[in-house]
Amino acid sequence: MRYLPLTDADRREMLGVIGAKSVDELFRDVPESARREGLVDLPRRKGELEVERLLGRMAAKNVAAGSVPFFVGAGAYRHHVPASVDHLIQRSEFLTSYTPYQPEITQGTLQYLFEFQTQVAMITGMEVANASMYDGSTGCGEAVLMAHRVTKRRKAVLTGTLHPQYAEVVKNLSEFGGYELEIMPPALPGEAFDVTDRICDKTSCIVVQTPDFFGELHDLRAIAEAAHAKGALLIAVVPEIVSLGAVTPPGEMGADIVVGEGQSIGNGLNFGGPYVGLFATREKFVRQMPGRLCGQTVDAEGNRGFVLTLSTREQHIRREKATSNICTNSGLCSLAFTIHMSLLGEEGYKRLARVNHAAASKLAGLLSKVPGVEILNRTFFNEFTMRLPKPAAEVVDALVEKGVLGGVPASRLWPGRPEVENLLIVASTEINTDDDRAAYEAALKEVL
Amino acid sequence: MSGMNRQGRPTAIGNTAHSGSRNSTFTGNRALELEEPLLFEIDNPGACGVDLDEPEGFTSHLGALERKGRIGLPSLSEPEVVRHYVRLSSKNYSIDAGLYPLGSCTMKHNPRLNEKMARLPGFSDVHPLQPQQTVQGAIELMSELAHWLRELTGMPGVALSPKAGAHGELCGMMAIRAALIARGEDAQRTRVLVPESAHGTNPATAALLGYKVDAIPATDEGRVDLEAFKSKLGPDVAAIMLTNPNTCGLFERDIVSIAKAVHEAGAYFYCDGANFNAIVGRVRPGDLGIDAMHINLHKTFSTPHGGGGPGAGPVVFSEALAPFAPLPYVVSDKKGFRLVETNEEAKADGTTPFGRMTAFHGQMGMFVRALAYMMSHGADGLRQVAEDAVLNANYVLASLKDDMSASFEGPCMHEALFDDRFLKGTGVETLDFAKAMIDEGYHPMTMYFPLVVHGALLIEPTETESKQSIDLFIATLKDLARAAKSNDKERFTGAPFMAPRRRLDETAAARKPVLRWTPSAPAEAAE
Repeated sequence: MRYLPLTDADRREMLGVIGAKSVDELFRDVPESARREGLVDLPRRKGELEVERLLGRMAAKNVAAGSVPFFVGAGAYRHHVPASVDHLIQRSEFLTSYTPYQPEITQGTLQYLFEFQTQVAMITGMEVANASMYDGSTGCGEAVLMAHRVTKRRKAVLTGTLHPQYAEVVKNLSEFGGYELEIMPPALPGEAFDVTDRICDKTSCIVVQTPDFFGELHDLRAIAEAAHAKGALLIAVVPEIVSLGAVTPPGEMGADIVVGEGQSIGNGLNFGGPYVGLFATREKFVRQMPGRLCGQTVDAEGNRGFVLTLSTREQHIRREKATSNICTNSGLCSLAFTIHMSLLGEEGYKRLARVNHAAASKLAGLLSKVPGVEILNRTFFNEFTMRLPKPAAEVVDALVEKGVLGGVPASRLWPGRPEVENLLIVASTEINTDDDRAAYEAALKEVL
Repeated sequence: MSGMNRQGRPTAIGNTAHSGSRNSTFTGNRALELEEPLLFEIDNPGACGVDLDEPEGFTSHLGALERKGRIGLPSLSEPEVVRHYVRLSSKNYSIDAGLYPLGSCTMKHNPRLNEKMARLPGFSDVHPLQPQQTVQGAIELMSELAHWLRELTGMPGVALSPKAGAHGELCGMMAIRAALIARGEDAQRTRVLVPESAHGTNPATAALLGYKVDAIPATDEGRVDLEAFKSKLGPDVAAIMLTNPNTCGLFERDIVSIAKAVHEAGAYFYCDGANFNAIVGRVRPGDLGIDAMHINLHKTFSTPHGGGGPGAGPVVFSEALAPFAPLPYVVSDKKGFRLVETNEEAKADGTTPFGRMTAFHGQMGMFVRALAYMMSHGADGLRQVAEDAVLNANYVLASLKDDMSASFEGPCMHEALFDDRFLKGTGVETLDFAKAMIDEGYHPMTMYFPLVVHGALLIEPTETESKQSIDLFIATLKDLARAAKSNDKERFTGAPFMAPRRRLDETAAARKPVLRWTPSAPAEAAE
């Protein structure tokens, strides 16, 4: 087997040193009833070529986003990733290294984490950020638990325009953790978004997504003020992180914790994972933060260096008293994020955001003229919601037949709610050309 | 702070008095070892690493929320960015470069075929919410991976979505809690039994669900004390969380009796599957009486550790827990493969998922890599994986037991545990011993874990090391042990001397945390 270097001669010699007759002897502590003599019922080993054939066949059954006019978003976005990003993250020294527990020989990982934390804090407008979470949705769940710790309260309020699957993750953690949770019904773009009356002196936090699930932008200032007046925290959720190149960041609007999905920068769609959760907060809350943190220090010769720090919050030290059970971050995805962000820089990041906004604005302009289509948003970044004259799921399926991936029907995530059945959430990014948009317009006209 | 360069590194030749350190240079570089400032310190205003045209001819829909002012991100061209990260990468140890004997972490070779497969556009460039008829191959891959996991573990239920090992633990314990709720025994069962030797994630996970954690002592043989364990069982126990093979690298001989006692007491058996590499293809956890177990795809199935993630932690379930597995899950019928994503669909399907662990469907990129690894090995190769991993660890144990102090009698499974008795009276501690290994070109083993022995040194060579490589490693440790015992203390207490950095001051880092660069940070002031 090509990955196993021991030869039969090696094995015999090693067994001799150990003083065992056979490898079976080494497994003698396994209870007899559980010892398997034969092989499990699975295929035998395969060469590279054969594995490539089998997996290639499966891959070929999927419609790759890059092969069609593509307008799907709702929490994951297709962007162009510069070629150097994937090259750099595949360097052995990054790809095949472990968590930097030995800082003397992992300064590469530690320094990029420190730079990543700085970039995340900057773009969210916050003071500090951690070394990343699994993804935006789990980061959102952890943010709510953190707010409970900070405020010593037990009730969270989720606004109805939070990504429904993010809300389910929070609900799951809250139910099992014994916390109270209020999930507000979806508020469509254009409908009143008055959430401040839900906050009381038992509320630990209110969670608001912007751009929200329907693409609408929210000014968080009044919500932050209302939350703070009652001693509660404002958690802002940003699933499309490119938006912050053009939109006022939550940190400048009074957010106490900002959770983001970083997939858009440096990371592909990957059918939903791995992604990278961004997590930023105020300095005064840092000891209540979940996840890994990288900090600056000096070595024995006074040279600047970096280490994982404040690990007394973490499970390997605190065990059942830890702030979270998290034992990892999304290392390589955070590396991809930080490299792409470095390539963009101040100007590139802002321009990319403008290009995205322009792409969606142009698409909205075209589609709004299709008979029967109503665009609900007053504001948006690169994603908006259309009301169609018939169920959106049917329209999306019909668009597939025309070779267009036209968006996400709200009913896929909110089944059984008649008020969202005809809503289609549509995203357009820098990948879309004028031809793509024209193809969408033409196909939509045909299927409606 | 005169004589410091931009990186805060002394530049004057002979400025460093510490023994073992080499002469300094003007740049701070040492030939191929290149110092690298922070990104923010090499800002090149006006440069940009991407070419994008300014958009024209559109109407803004940002309302009053347009971002104003500078963010503070540095500007760099592509060559500057590439050089920055290449230089940073040179400061990392990696499994591709050398033996990485971290016990309990399974640092094995990461085949590049797996990287290639994960990058096929049909897997990497598909959206999680594309219409399901356009992603049949992706769902098929999930179904196939679930099939391999079921066969290898002998357990009928699978949840693929957990994002990492600890997330899988949480998923498994939630399923247990859901089953207890369904039985009407949730209020009564409030205690979870966790051996002293467990990973820290086990008690942290139990605590997240509101359980009281009760520690089970170990015997002198490094295993669960069966009598002490039985005496702790009662009608208030929800579950036991046990690692098998355990963190001492030993198979829990009494595991079948433990499972029987757990079930008789009406509780469930959670197994931490971090060490599955030792038994894959040889022992099926389902045959041991386990109810739920997470599988670290980044350990046993070789998806790259990536400097700390992303991992993946699918969970397998017994018949009793399978109906509670979370959303989403895969079903197949004549029409093809289908992801069940909502409670409404699950209801129609007759299952009772406890909820959802994450948005979307889990770590697809890791699923592709793990399946490529499994297919490459096959049933025969995977069994060989376990056998070679165990053989290598026992070879290390047998070869070093006279030089270092082995904590327990062999045979061990995939990792060999030593403690610090062999360092007694030398003035060298476990940490020093480990740091001296760095100068010899090795990543240290896991230190001070498990907690059940003093000054633990836990070595996991994995099956992808050659005998030649292990022989040199053994010889190196023998030499270090000899040096420690012959009063060559300085080789240890100041180590490492030759790494990109000497020992770092972790206390200072925690006392006054500097977690980001700011224009006025001390590092900048040192210029």
